Amino acid sequence: MITAERKPIEDLIQSVSPYRRILLVGCNECVTVCSAGGRKEVALLSSALQMHFMKEAKPFEIKEITLERQCDPEYIEELVPIIDQADAVLSMACGCGVQEIARRFKEKPVLPAVNTTFMGASERQGVWAERCAGCGDCVLGVTGGVCPIARCSKQLLNGPCGGSTRGKCEVDPDIDCAWQLIWDRLKALGMTERYEENIPAKDWRTGRGGGPRKIVREDLA
Amino acid sequence: MESFQPVIVAFCCHYCAYTAADMAGSKRLHYPANVKIIRVPCTGKVSALHIMEALRKGADGVYVAGCLDGDCHFRSGNTCATKRVAYVKKLLDEIGIGGERVEMFAMSAGMGEVFARTATDFTEKIRDLGPNPARVGLDKLGCVGAGA
Repeated sequence: MITAERKPIEDLIQSVSPYRRILLVGCNECVTVCSAGGRKEVALLSSALQMHFMKEAKPFEIKEITLERQCDPEYIEELVPIIDQADAVLSMACGCGVQEIARRFKEKPVLPAVNTTFMGASERQGVWAERCAGCGDCVLGVTGGVCPIARCSKQLLNGPCGGSTRGKCEVDPDIDCAWQLIWDRLKALGMTERYEENIPAKDWRTGRGGGPRKIVREDLA
Repeated sequence: MESFQPVIVAFCCHYCAYTAADMAGSKRLHYPANVKIIRVPCTGKVSALHIMEALRKGADGVYVAGCLDGDCHFRSGNTCATKRVAYVKKLLDEIGIGGERVEMFAMSAGMGEVFARTATDFTEKIRDLGPNPARVGLDKLGCVGAGA
């Protein structure tokens, strides 16, 4: 999933301050799962903002809605009947959702309420960790199912580096060394010979190195 | 300030604090009528939103009263509630309402005296803090009562 974290309340208060009527829009997908911008978080942020402006004795109206997905235009259309009742939109979706609303409603200011962070997985309740960097040329098949691009601090394709100590990364002792994980996994699979193979230099053009990407499925488009 | 009668909402676990309130009643112990008790099946059921909305709708203070550490009927509901209360306290500090208006307490079903003392002490603390600033601001705006 795409993970995100709510921006500090102080920043959000500042960003909505110029407006009187706010449409707070959540998303039912990734940000719901990572507890950043689903229906519950929308309600909680709405409550917090309302209380702040009540305390300031400042007129402030907020309307809440959570869309099935903010990254698909058909769901954005649900905002059409209510968009004019707001001076600005505060979106709790990832950056994709914020941009889709901004694209659809060109005259309406759209403010992000969360910082979109990474593509990750749940490690346990309340903990999410980065797992994929979207490089566009997956190497998981040769690295034992552990991604060296997303999980090695240096994105090394032939690791580990000298900073790997007792399975931990020199960047932070809480970070597992991806190449230690890869070695452990290859060992468990009985495929240690794969570790001996040098992975050639990666063509980063399939990732962000090639500029903004687009997928076109001719049979569907 | 003498005339200020705070509205306190207490989310009480059915298995401990709510029964302790019953015990306080049976023992004819006095505690302030300011405390409005909401019985919950477990404090783990109390979300951050319940606490925030109680304050937004006019409460001056909110507390969550659950089982003693390690005694939760559902194993860890009280631990979850403690973390949520801490989260809400931080949020309230950030929005300028003040985290001290929210607390978490632990007691067993037999602690009627603790329930009465907690209710009394918390009511006095909120009385000293004064009315919920959100409600004061709303009154300044000329509205009657809090939002729906």
